[in-house]
Amino acid sequence: MVADTQAHEDERLRAESFVTKLMKKPELGAIGGVILVTLFFLATADSTMFTLSGIMNFMTPAAQLGILGIAAAMLMIGGEFDLSIGSMVAFAGMVFGVFTVNLGLPLILAIPMTMAFAASIGAVNGSIVLKTGLPSFIVTLAGLFILRGASLVGLKIFTGGSTQLRGVRDAVEGDWLAPIFSGDAFAGLFGWLASLGIIETFKNGAPKIPGIPVEILWFIAFALVATYILLRTPVGNWIFATGGDTDAATNSGVPVRRVKISLFMLTACAAALVAIITVMDAGSTDARRGFMKEFEAIITAVIGGCLLTGGYGSAIGAFFGAIIFGMVTIGLTYTDFDQDWFQIFLGGMLLLAVVFNNAIRKRVTGER
Amino acid sequence: MNKLLASVAMAATIAAAVPAVAADIIVVAHGQANDPFWSVVKNGVQKAGEDTGANVEFRSPETFDMVQMGQLIDAAVNQEPDGLVVSIPDGDALGPSIERAVAAGIPVISMNSGSDVAAELGVLLHVGQSEFDAGKAAGEKLAEMGGTKGICVNQEVGNVALDLRCEGFAEGFGQEVTVIPTVNDPAEVQSKVRAALESDPDVDTVLGLGASLVGEPAVAAVEALGRDDVLVASFDLSAGFLQAVADGKAAFAIDQQQFLQGYLPVAFLALHAEYGLMPGGDVPSGPNLVTQEAAGQVIELSAQGIR
Repeated sequence: MVADTQAHEDERLRAESFVTKLMKKPELGAIGGVILVTLFFLATADSTMFTLSGIMNFMTPAAQLGILGIAAAMLMIGGEFDLSIGSMVAFAGMVFGVFTVNLGLPLILAIPMTMAFAASIGAVNGSIVLKTGLPSFIVTLAGLFILRGASLVGLKIFTGGSTQLRGVRDAVEGDWLAPIFSGDAFAGLFGWLASLGIIETFKNGAPKIPGIPVEILWFIAFALVATYILLRTPVGNWIFATGGDTDAATNSGVPVRRVKISLFMLTACAAALVAIITVMDAGSTDARRGFMKEFEAIITAVIGGCLLTGGYGSAIGAFFGAIIFGMVTIGLTYTDFDQDWFQIFLGGMLLLAVVFNNAIRKRVTGER
Repeated sequence: MNKLLASVAMAATIAAAVPAVAADIIVVAHGQANDPFWSVVKNGVQKAGEDTGANVEFRSPETFDMVQMGQLIDAAVNQEPDGLVVSIPDGDALGPSIERAVAAGIPVISMNSGSDVAAELGVLLHVGQSEFDAGKAAGEKLAEMGGTKGICVNQEVGNVALDLRCEGFAEGFGQEVTVIPTVNDPAEVQSKVRAALESDPDVDTVLGLGASLVGEPAVAAVEALGRDDVLVASFDLSAGFLQAVADGKAAFAIDQQQFLQGYLPVAFLALHAEYGLMPGGDVPSGPNLVTQEAAGQVIELSAQGIR
């Protein structure tokens, strides 16, 4: 009798246990991966890695990659790829350098103009994909080379022959917008905590961490906003619908074209943001900035639970995916392993994370 | 009584067995370990570690990536080593991280690239070769050997040290020089050099910025075209390129003796940690032009990853 009622109960109405619900989240694999990688480094790395300064140290590359990875994840959920984002970092860096150094523009103009420049290239990418119906993988692969080459040519033109544009730090010095895009936040607070002995100091009394690198704050904010948009707004539904089944989405009134083009503009702008932050921090830009970042960003999104076929994934997963990447990149230098093994470790850990993630998802969603 | 004696003896043995605390020295370089040039630097670093008893670690970013390299320096500083060795291909990008190390009281020596900015960043001394002067010396020699129109093949576009070599070459050569950018791939270098020679038959001088990545493929390209009037010279050494020099297929190699760039800073810092010793100024590890007469002797050592 009991079994009978259960069989007739609509499965959509059945209450799920907390664990099942949790397991169905795309980001679970990435969180599991973070735990796994943390345990690995707790066992093998110098204990400095998990002090506050060590954590800031691996969160910085994680943040830079994560800003790209979250945007890449949103685009991937929408069913497309962007392989041009790594080159876009170099290109937008050059554009930003020219605006600030060669033209001497203040940041209030240089930053929006760089963003607009990047966004327009993203829009062109999106339009070509939609107009030709070619896979975005191919279209943006062309973009990868075009932008990489354009950065080299542009740098040589604007510097008079060098492949590196210097002097950005001097050009933006004293600009009121600079602290939002470069350096460390809450420096005063950290100095005060150090003077109280709460934060470790060097022998000369300087705090080991001067503050929170701003890219980490941008990274966290972007992850939160992206997650909110995906899960709580109509736009988020449109993105999932577009990536899940374009025809069905079009038929039910989702503005598929607008969604896709906006997502391409978003990834381009994310690349430009990373470019602006890193160029201001480094004070220079060169033709090799952002090299290979397009692949790292896609790996980040996949670790974070995105499906290569679109329609499934999460921004917060990409957030944790980027943290895994940052931990592995910097973490290995804290271990005794010979650095020649670096790429083998990186590749192995990423493979492990993805396989783990995939296995859990399949078991829980019953997907074949 | 016997027991007491035994334990005292044991304590003495243990005390004697514990060595003096070895210095920890970290090397952060911009070149990858799969680059033949940098593997020699790494060999120098390891040999110095063995010879001095210091714990040394060699670290480098995955690609030529100044942002990541800065983060690696920060990670090293966090570990508070007894000495830090860095290469500085981009003083603007790496400056803050290096200054942080200096401020933290860590002795820093720069090597390979960065002679122009090392002193102002607080680096104790630089071990390397002046890239511009080395390029100029090569240019002068090539002009003297009869070159009239040159190409400079750059396999790591964006590295300022390499740009300086080409600039020095152009100045020393005193004739028209075109820079050819390529990637880190010998096959591509070979076809690009070949294309450059075919498209302009007047080009009779090729300067490569790396022996195995550019010098050897350039020699192969010249041979494939059957041009015996082309002078090929290259920065750095490789067994294959030295063989070409010995056989008269290439003009000369410019040796910056990068084994020393790995070895000396580590040795200096180990001595500094133990006795407070430090040389009083920069150490030029090159240039040293290896021509046909000398090439034979150097080949074997190059095959062993020492030269």
